[in-house]
Amino acid sequence: MTAERSTENLPRILVVDDELAIRRFLHTVLSSEEFSLHEAENGHAGLASAAAFRPDVILLDLGLPDMDGIEVIKRIREWSQVPIIVLSVRDRENDKVAALDAGGDDYLTKPFGVGELLARIRAALRRTLQEVPEPVFTSNDLQMDLGSRRVTINCADIALTPTEYDILRLLVTHAGKVLTHSQILKQVWGIAYLEQPHVLRVNISNLRRKVERDPSRPQHIITEPGVGYRLR
Amino acid sequence: MTNTDDIRPSPEAMLRLAQAEEVTAELGKLKIFLGYAAGVGKTYAMLEAARQRRKDGRDVVAGYVESHGRAETDVLLEGLEVLPRKEIRYMEVALQEMDIDAILARKPQIVLVDELAHSNAPGSRHEKRWQDVEEILEAGIDVYSTVNVQHFESLNDVVAQITGIVVRETVPDRLLDLAFEIKLIDIPPEDLLQRLQEGKIYIPDQAAKAIEKFFRPGNLMALRELSLRRTASRVDDQMRAYMETQSIAGPWATAERLLVCVSGSPYSEKLIRATCRLAEELKGQWFTLYIETPGGGRQVRENRESIWRDLRLAEGLGAQVATVTATDVTDAVMEYAARHNITKIVMGKPNKPRWNEFITPPVVDRIIRRSGAVDVVIVSFEQDKDKLARGIAMPKRHAPFELRGYAASLALVAAATILCELLRPFLAPTNMVMFYLLAVVIASVRLSRKPAIATAFLGVLAFDFFFVPPRMTFAVADTQYLMTFLGLFVVGVVISTLVARSKERAEVMRAREVHTASLYYLSRDLAASVDIDAVLRAVVRNVEEALNAQVVILLPEGERLDIMATSEGLTLVMKEQAVADWAFRNNHPAGRATDTLVSADLIYLPLQTPASVVGVMGVRLESEPAYHSQDNRRLLDAFATQAAMAMERIRFSRQAEQAQILQARENLERALLNSISHDLRTPLVSVTGVLSSLKEEGAHLSEKARRELLETACGEAERLNRFVGNLLDMTRIEAGAVRLNFEPCDVQDLIGCALAALELRLGSREVSFKMLPTMPLVPMDLVLMTQVLVNLLENSLKYSSSGSIIEVVASTETSWLLLEVADRGPGVPGHDLKRVFDKFYRIPIPEGAGGTGLGLSICKGIVEAHGGKISAENRTGGGLRIVIRLPLIKEAI
Repeated sequence: MTAERSTENLPRILVVDDELAIRRFLHTVLSSEEFSLHEAENGHAGLASAAAFRPDVILLDLGLPDMDGIEVIKRIREWSQVPIIVLSVRDRENDKVAALDAGGDDYLTKPFGVGELLARIRAALRRTLQEVPEPVFTSNDLQMDLGSRRVTINCADIALTPTEYDILRLLVTHAGKVLTHSQILKQVWGIAYLEQPHVLRVNISNLRRKVERDPSRPQHIITEPGVGYRLR
Repeated sequence: MTNTDDIRPSPEAMLRLAQAEEVTAELGKLKIFLGYAAGVGKTYAMLEAARQRRKDGRDVVAGYVESHGRAETDVLLEGLEVLPRKEIRYMEVALQEMDIDAILARKPQIVLVDELAHSNAPGSRHEKRWQDVEEILEAGIDVYSTVNVQHFESLNDVVAQITGIVVRETVPDRLLDLAFEIKLIDIPPEDLLQRLQEGKIYIPDQAAKAIEKFFRPGNLMALRELSLRRTASRVDDQMRAYMETQSIAGPWATAERLLVCVSGSPYSEKLIRATCRLAEELKGQWFTLYIETPGGGRQVRENRESIWRDLRLAEGLGAQVATVTATDVTDAVMEYAARHNITKIVMGKPNKPRWNEFITPPVVDRIIRRSGAVDVVIVSFEQDKDKLARGIAMPKRHAPFELRGYAASLALVAAATILCELLRPFLAPTNMVMFYLLAVVIASVRLSRKPAIATAFLGVLAFDFFFVPPRMTFAVADTQYLMTFLGLFVVGVVISTLVARSKERAEVMRAREVHTASLYYLSRDLAASVDIDAVLRAVVRNVEEALNAQVVILLPEGERLDIMATSEGLTLVMKEQAVADWAFRNNHPAGRATDTLVSADLIYLPLQTPASVVGVMGVRLESEPAYHSQDNRRLLDAFATQAAMAMERIRFSRQAEQAQILQARENLERALLNSISHDLRTPLVSVTGVLSSLKEEGAHLSEKARRELLETACGEAERLNRFVGNLLDMTRIEAGAVRLNFEPCDVQDLIGCALAALELRLGSREVSFKMLPTMPLVPMDLVLMTQVLVNLLENSLKYSSSGSIIEVVASTETSWLLLEVADRGPGVPGHDLKRVFDKFYRIPIPEGAGGTGLGLSICKGIVEAHGGKISAENRTGGGLRIVIRLPLIKEAI
């Protein structure tokens, strides 16, 4: 319950993890001028801290001793839209998808590098801070103007089908965040298409051919194997 | 004389005994107290010996001792542990019998068993007590037993001749040979008679009269001589055996080999006993032969039971028994004699009337004429009209059949006559004979022998009566016709005899054929059987078909026998199971039509291989005679042997397989441990080293050195992470815990994911990717397949030089997706191409590469879980190419 350098202006981060070693490591890395850090060692303490401390980002471990991490996400989502970055061990794609579908914003596979962690935290903060997306999104050579429905690569217009446009728009509005297959399918096609993953695959494949320079080494639309897609 | 066998054995003898013991390591030793009559003191001597052994510290119990209430015997019995007897109820009478199971369970060192020749109460396990004793010996328990000399099988009829009393309780002579020690209990007949008068000899009331007749001085002297001779001959045997082992030259008689033939006649039994005695006196081997003649087919069937009994007797007396099929008895005997180097043929005196010899010369004569160097011993028997009549009596033939035959012959003759009558104007009478001859030929082929001969006879009469002038009389004007009559008759007899013989021969051949065929079918089925179940099914089916029988097969399952296969509708009650169990444990046929536990419903044959008994086959045949048929038994034995061999073959191959698997697993585990300890520790060493040096020396290190140290630690930690990941993957794949999450995937996406995962490590390495412009979505688990590609690309990175290109190609081939990852590294030695996918295989490059040896085996596991294939090949121009094939359609998996 210690809040070091409790400067009001710094973004607040809540770490919920039962491993002391990991909390210590995160403490060292994150308690700088940039963030204000708060720690909780189990699910219940995490929920209480989330309410009391009002963090801007929550780093949540899925394997908690007292309750399931996904359950924690669901409880928080009942009253808050605070970005939640899930920290999970490798290879539990199903857990990742479940966590994201339950309302998690992003995930990081342990062990992770500090750079990667900071990037994710910043992306999450960016999304919360600009609640309304800017009408024009730019990333390297890709530019998308949501107002005029224009997409350009290196300033050259490209023609997208309505579905491709919808997918790209969805990715752009959640730039940096992983969207699961079912989230995209639900949003773009509607709930009836949840069991039609190949529709999504074909469209993503076509979209990449239009926006990526080398579709086999995509720079914009990144596949998160077994989970979904993310716009870089 | 009494103590002949008590002489301390010399060291050499001890050695020889030790050698003999090695052979029969598990067998208990039998000591026989041999007497020549009741009351000589066998039981007393046995008890005395037992007490002595007990004093020596041996574990002695009395299994069955009959004191007959004699005080002096009872005194000796005091202090000995006496096992309780078993009560068997038979026809409302409670009979006390030795409890063999109690003895086997108690497992003493020595057990006392009185009266070896005793017949057990019906319903006991064995018919005879000596069979109990054999079983006890087989269990490794020493047995002391008593027996009188007249009970020995081979002396049975001699004793009967001397005393006029037929002893029914007999013991096979081989028990005497089996005995480790024989102690002759001898007292002069006068003393014995004295004891009898003093009432010291127990005589059962019902036998009093017979015994009185028995205890005559003449009888006793004869019996005493017999017992002395028998013991002496046994001592002689031992002496000879001793001399042989000591290479002492002696006046050796060349080994005699005697042959006796049996025919199921009432004299066969006597002949067999005589031969046995002769063989023993001559210290020779002996053989008993039964010759099955096609001509005697019918008679054989009727005599079968007595032949079977004869052969069993001979076998019991120690003969080698054989059955031969031949048309000519003399030929068969001489051929067998020549093949087995027989020196003497034992035959019975012919007892047929003298005139008979003119028609069929006795076999004895023919054999004597052809015997050459072989001696022929003729044994005489007393004529026993009763027995003779019984033995030779022919059962009544089927009257209706025969009548029909004669009617047919009459009809044939009538038809021939009518035909001749019609053709009379055109034919001379001599030619009409041809029609009658035709009738005879038809009768021979179609009817049995006697109607055929009748046809010939009637034909002669009819020809004479109707056609030979003067017609309509039997008178013959021209004596020339007598010649015609004779010719017609002789031809008829000869043809019918020949046809009958060839028919019978064909029948025997057919029976043989059926047996051979059924054995062939079984062996064919067995050859095709790859597991025990298939073998069992094949055996049951074949035995069912060949013998029209019901079959059950029991195999050992831990401590007990379990029914593993059975014919439909056959169930075994507890008692039957116990019989099967006995057959299995004692490796001896048991049950119906055997000599053990005969009250059983089925016959049980052990499935025996040279090495062991693998199980038991129980068979229920359709009728009582079928159980006693020698053919059936022979066939069953052959079936049992084949089945046992097949089962053992399968067991061996399975054992070999398991040993191989075990070996492989052991190797793998060792490799795993080595690899884990190496691969886990190496990075830990670096990480710990870096951290400790930073902690302790951090302040003194230059910034550059610190950076280098940290980079090393990071790299090693990453390596450790990869290795642990691989281990986990491998474990999951091996445990079958990988559940594939199939989704339609874009191959390009797959490549992209793999390249993205390797982005940092790829650095500036060039990876070229080629694929067809249009590729279908392929069902796969993207996560796992990404892992496969990552592992392959990692290997290429590791093993090829930094300037070379790594090529990835995707294409389709009929219903397969082809993925190739190729590098320009050193490749893999040709003989190792298949092994690269084995766990912990590493290309023999010493330093630097530092693979875990798991990557490719994980790839293989994943690809195969997809229903795909993975292979490695060396590229022309150097380098390795890994080719993955995945099915394009999921249903194909």
